[in-house]
Amino acid sequence: MTEILIDLGFGEDLADVLAKYLGAGLLAGIFLLLPLFTIWIERKGAARFQMRVGPNRVGPYGLIQNFADVIKLLGKELIFPRNVDRLTFMLAPILMVTSVVGIVAVLPLAPTVIGTDLSIGVLYFISVSSLATIAVVMAGWGSNNKYALLGAFRTVAQLISYEIPLIFSLLIPVLLVGTMSMQGIVEFQGTYWLILYAPTAAVIFLLSNIAEIGRAPFDLIEAESELVAGFMIEYSGMAFAMFYLAEFLHAFLVAVIFAVLFLGGWQGPFAEDLPILGIVYLAAKTFFIYLVMMWVRMTLPRFRIDHLMDFNWKFLVPLSVAHLLVTGFVWRLFPDTDLSGGLFSRLVDEFPRMAVMGLSSVALGIVALSLLRQYAANQRQRILSLTTVDEEYALAITPQTTAQSSVVVVTSGD
Amino acid sequence: MELTWESLAFLIFSVLSLGGGLAVVTLRNLFHSALMLMLSLFGTAGLFVLLVAPFLAAVQVLVYIGAIAILILFAIMLTRTIMGVQTTYNSQWIGSAIAALLVFGLLLLTFTPLGDDVFDEQLSANLEEDPVDDVDYVTVEEIGIAFSTRAGFVLPFEIVSLLLTAALIGAIVVAREDEA
Repeated sequence: MTEILIDLGFGEDLADVLAKYLGAGLLAGIFLLLPLFTIWIERKGAARFQMRVGPNRVGPYGLIQNFADVIKLLGKELIFPRNVDRLTFMLAPILMVTSVVGIVAVLPLAPTVIGTDLSIGVLYFISVSSLATIAVVMAGWGSNNKYALLGAFRTVAQLISYEIPLIFSLLIPVLLVGTMSMQGIVEFQGTYWLILYAPTAAVIFLLSNIAEIGRAPFDLIEAESELVAGFMIEYSGMAFAMFYLAEFLHAFLVAVIFAVLFLGGWQGPFAEDLPILGIVYLAAKTFFIYLVMMWVRMTLPRFRIDHLMDFNWKFLVPLSVAHLLVTGFVWRLFPDTDLSGGLFSRLVDEFPRMAVMGLSSVALGIVALSLLRQYAANQRQRILSLTTVDEEYALAITPQTTAQSSVVVVTSGD
Repeated sequence: MELTWESLAFLIFSVLSLGGGLAVVTLRNLFHSALMLMLSLFGTAGLFVLLVAPFLAAVQVLVYIGAIAILILFAIMLTRTIMGVQTTYNSQWIGSAIAALLVFGLLLLTFTPLGDDVFDEQLSANLEEDPVDDVDYVTVEEIGIAFSTRAGFVLPFEIVSLLLTAALIGAIVVAREDEA
C-alpha cells in the first residue's frame, strides 16, 4: 500500500501515515458493516428459538431486511428533547462505537493479517472496552431522563463488577502462554487449544463478557420491561442505531476474542501456509461462539439486580481468583515442554501437562457448582421451614411458587 | 525544529491533556469537569505511548479513565444538588492562578535551558534529548521481573499490596451497616 502511494507522488513519511490510516479505515469499515449480517443471523436465530419464522419478506430469506432498516433509520429525525445536555448527548453514541471499534486493532485474523500486534494486546482489549462505560454514563446523564439515569447507575454497578472476573479469567491464558500479545497467544495454541487447559476460565470469560455487553440474561441496563430502554430511551434515528450497532459489534468481537484466546484463533490445518484459510477457521469458531451466546440470550430470562450482583461477587470473583491460584500452582509443577518438534511429538509431549491442567480446572468448576447447589438447597429448606401451615396448603395448590420465585422474576421481552 | 509526525502527535496529545486540565477547573458544571478530566487523562495516556511506554498507557486508560474517573462521575451523579452551581463561592482564583504560574515557571527553569540565558546561571537540570531509536523499549516481561526479584522492587511491591488489601478491608468495614 505504501509503495502505491509513493508512486502516486506522496512523500515517503506521508505515504506511510496515509497507508496506516487507510488500512485502519478498511479494517474498521469491514467490521462496522458486519452487524448488517450478524443482526440478520440474530433475528433468524431468535425466531427459530422462539418457534417463529423471522424476517422473510425482503429479499431471499429476508436477507435484505436490515438494509431496508438502515435506510429507514437514516431517514428518521434525530430528536433532541428539551433540557438535554446537547454535547454529552451527541458524543455518547460516538464514543460507544469508538470504544468497540478500537478492539478490532488487535484481532489476529490470520498469521499475517492483524491490525497491529501490540505486546500488550490483551490489556489493550480490556482498557479500550472499559471506555464503553463512560459512553453509557454520558448517555444516561445527558438525556435528562430518570429512566436513562437509572440505566446508567445500573451500568456502572454491573460493568465495573463484571470487569473483575473478566480480567482474572483473561489472566489465565496470559499466565500460561507468557505473553500479552494476541498473536503470541494464538501461536501457542498450535499444539492444544487453551480451552483444554482451562475450561472453567473459558466459561467465566464468556459469562462475564456477556454481562459486559449487557445482553440477556444480563440486560438490566436496557431492560425493556422495567426501564423501557434504559440509557438509550431518549435516542432516535441514527444515534439510537449507533448504540444498537455497538452492541452487536461488541457481541461479535467478543466471540472473536474468545475464539482467539481459547479456541486457537486462526490455527487449523494448512493455515500457516495459506492465510485466507486462517480467516475461514477463525470465522467458523467465531460463529460457533456467537451461536452459543445467542442460545444463552434466547433461553434465559433476565436476572434480578441483587442476583446479578451476588452471582458476580459471591460466585464468579472467588472462583476466578481461586482458578488463577490453582492454575499458577499446577503450571509450575511441570517443566516447559519443547515445542519445536513436529506436530505429533508436540501433541504427545504436551499431553500430560494439558490433561492435568484441564482436569484441575474442571474439578475446580465442579467443586464451585456443588457448593452453590448445597447453598441453594439450604436456602430452599429454610424458606420451606419458615412457612406456616396455611402457606403450605397454598403451596400444595400451586407447587412451584416458593421454589422458583426466589430464582426468577422477570422474563425477557425480546 | 522540524515538524515530524511524532511532534504532531505530541502536539495533539499535549493540547488534549492541557486543554482538558484547564477545562476541568474552569467549567461550572461538575459533570462536564469530570468528562474533561477523562479527556486530560487520555491525553496523558497518548503521551505515554509517545514515550514508548505502552503498558503505562493502557493501564492509564484502564485504571484512571475506566475506573477512577467513572467513580468520580458516579459520585457526582448521585449528588445532584452540587451540579449546575453557577456562582463561585470564593475568590481564590487569583491566588491559584499565581501559584500555578509560579510552579509552571519553576518547571520551565528546571527542564528547559530557557532560564539559563536570562539569569546567567546554570539553573536547568541539563537534560539531553535521547534519539528515539536509543530509548529502551520496556516490555511487560521486564516490568514483571522487576516486580518479583530481590534486585528489583519486590519489597515495595509487597508493601503496596499489603497496604491496598488493608485499605480494601477498611473500606468494607466503613461501608458496612452495623449488624449489632
